[in-house]
Amino acid sequence: MNNLLSVNSVRFIVLVLIQVLIFNNINFLGYINPYPYILFIAFFPVKSNRAIIILSGFLLGLIIDMFLDSGGIHAAACVFIAYVRPVILKFSFGTMYEHHNIKFAAVEFGSKITYIALLVALHHIILFSLEIFSLPKIILVVQKTLFSGIFTILLSIIITIIFSRKSK
Amino acid sequence: MFLLLFSISILFTIQSHSYHKSKFINSANFLTGGIYNTANHFSEYLNLKSQNRLLSEENKRLKSLLYNTKNTIETKNIDSLNKPYYFSNAQIIKNNYSATDNMLLINKGTNDSIKQDFGVITTQGIVGIIDKTSGNYATVISILNTTISISAQLKKTNHYGDLKWDAKNPAIVQLTDIPKIAKILVGDTIVTSGRSSIFPKDINIGTVENYKLDDAENYYEINVKLFNDMTNLEHVYIIENINKPEITNLLNE
Repeated sequence: MNNLLSVNSVRFIVLVLIQVLIFNNINFLGYINPYPYILFIAFFPVKSNRAIIILSGFLLGLIIDMFLDSGGIHAAACVFIAYVRPVILKFSFGTMYEHHNIKFAAVEFGSKITYIALLVALHHIILFSLEIFSLPKIILVVQKTLFSGIFTILLSIIITIIFSRKSK
Repeated sequence: MFLLLFSISILFTIQSHSYHKSKFINSANFLTGGIYNTANHFSEYLNLKSQNRLLSEENKRLKSLLYNTKNTIETKNIDSLNKPYYFSNAQIIKNNYSATDNMLLINKGTNDSIKQDFGVITTQGIVGIIDKTSGNYATVISILNTTISISAQLKKTNHYGDLKWDAKNPAIVQLTDIPKIAKILVGDTIVTSGRSSIFPKDINIGTVENYKLDDAENYYEINVKLFNDMTNLEHVYIIENINKPEITNLLNE
């Protein structure tokens, strides 16, 4: 348990630092930035208490918001995906989730991609609709969600591949 | 639990959409400012060359001003105590232009007597307005922010309007409310109007890219191409209007 805690805290700090120092300065084509920091929520231990994951999601989002001066948009998006995570887990991993024995390193690659893609899509929709916060600019929301989403999904999958190899 | 935290974050979001309202969540604090400052120590080497060029361009311009206008300065009676604007310099340690409400971070704060609502410019044009300050850092509302609105005018005539951003292109901002009667040409220079007590008059902003009449056909909507490259900022100047308290007092009376 102690090991789990330290692994997650290190992951938290590293992801936040990488996010604000590197990924937020990419600005691909002017406005496309990936947000792979939500991998922290994606790979949070499945068995843990639901309140803990929502609270740590909130904290994660709030710290990102602090760095980016963006009000509460990351916090809101993170809290939301932390809240709906069980549903998505069930959808992507099916019965394995019911038996409470998922190990993210051991699941099928395809269902892992579905899982990450769903989380990223939900996160980005909320993030950008709150950021832009106006109905007439809905096209901009969709556009940003789509492009940044693709970028984030690709990066997240690459990161997971790299780190799952290392742990073997 | 979920609803509580979700509504707290929505509240922060709504606050951040109104000018000068966000209370706690900003990057002008010890932790985030410190981290950005350290990171900037490394990244500033990457664009030393272009920043040097900018500074030497400005030196050239100021030198030519100094030597070419000597006679006129001497004939004017300048009272050195009566300078309404005080300038100080700072460095941008966090730049951002991809969101719709962009904020910058600079490495000066209340310890350098930087306060809210001071103007921020570069050698080429305006950057934004100081928002939150801490001891050593301050956040700047960039002109690339949908909540900001700056009074600007045409350089050749005195028709003025509001400068806003439509969040589409970081090189183009929009100038609205210029009356139909004004004569505008593509390429005209847009400068600050000096009506807001934040920026002095005649600070360069950009040139007219294109223009059209608004829906009611009474005012022009002008796309202004900024002189500043907002994606590449390093050295900035902060303007304090020493007469500002007097002006605001008078307006509030």
